[in-house]
Amino acid sequence: MHELSICSSIADIARRRAAGRTITVINVRVGQLRQIVPDTLVYCWSLISEETALAGSRIVVESVPARIRCRSCQHTADVGDLPSFACAACGGIDVEIVAGEEFLITSLELAEEGVDG
Amino acid sequence: MGRFHRHDDGTAHAHDDHAHGEDHAHGEDHSGYQTGAERVEVLERIFGENDKTAAANRAEFAASGVRAVNLMSSPGAGKTTLLRETLTRLADRVRVGIIEGDIETSLDADKLAGFGAEVALINTGNGFGGECHLDAPMVRSALPRLPLADLDLVLIENVGNLVCPAEFDVGEDARAMVYAITEGEEKPLKYPVMFRSCGLVVVNKVDLLPYLGFDMEGFLGNLRKVNPAAEVMLVSARTGEGVDAWCDWLRALP
Repeated sequence: MHELSICSSIADIARRRAAGRTITVINVRVGQLRQIVPDTLVYCWSLISEETALAGSRIVVESVPARIRCRSCQHTADVGDLPSFACAACGGIDVEIVAGEEFLITSLELAEEGVDG
Repeated sequence: MGRFHRHDDGTAHAHDDHAHGEDHAHGEDHSGYQTGAERVEVLERIFGENDKTAAANRAEFAASGVRAVNLMSSPGAGKTTLLRETLTRLADRVRVGIIEGDIETSLDADKLAGFGAEVALINTGNGFGGECHLDAPMVRSALPRLPLADLDLVLIENVGNLVCPAEFDVGEDARAMVYAITEGEEKPLKYPVMFRSCGLVVVNKVDLLPYLGFDMEGFLGNLRKVNPAAEVMLVSARTGEGVDAWCDWLRALP
């Protein structure tokens, strides 16, 4: 259940960035390698935000598939469901992860009230 | 918990959700034009605070000349037994501190008491149902209870779990995991993030090899798929086989 502690971090950042304005949506980008279950994150958010100033806001998750690039042959491919971090083209094991480790708040959607806050 | 394939299912769903969410957002944006609602860009890493604290922990370890190892595994893989055997061998040569993460009890810390190490217990049970991992602030809270200046090595025994601990940098110099052959050959494929995050995989309970139909080559092949660079040690914490090699690895940490 590390989605719960993650929601606390999200709440801290969101509160700071909203600077008193009411948040309607928190857009979050989550890479596949982050092991975050989007449905669980959304559920935990409802628990964390309940009876706080963040109540009524929701999290929208943008998922990013994991991709690797081979440093020898430059072949780029999705890591896939049965993960392999070896190059599918040349078998090389010296690969870099080019996508899939993202974990950030991309934007907040704010309601009108509290504009002066 | 985010198992990989389940996560993929979630990913597919999330994409749908996101598409709906965006449509919805466009609707809101429309009314937003009239009401003054707006979207503000944030682009802030969610682990930013944790990672700042991890850096502070790392700096404190370094300032005290201490090497820190984050030791992870599933429940029951044998971390505590391995640590006990480690202390038996190292205690008079290396000054060891242990940070023990446990959801509710002091059982593991009790097992390690009396083996010549300073033990700081972190109960993670304050969270909702207990945290499933150690994070950097939890480890930071344990540091004042260890005499860092008098230590050479700190072993951080994480909460038994193959998912969440892999996500959190706690300020360690190296990550190692204990994997028991009773867990099955496919675990690296099911928990690739954990297996990928560790420089060393201690393959424990090899004294049971004659009794299990364990396919070591199959396991090592799966491990190589997700972490081709991982160092592997075959160990039985119970019989002591391979424990010296593990102790040498700890003493040789750069």
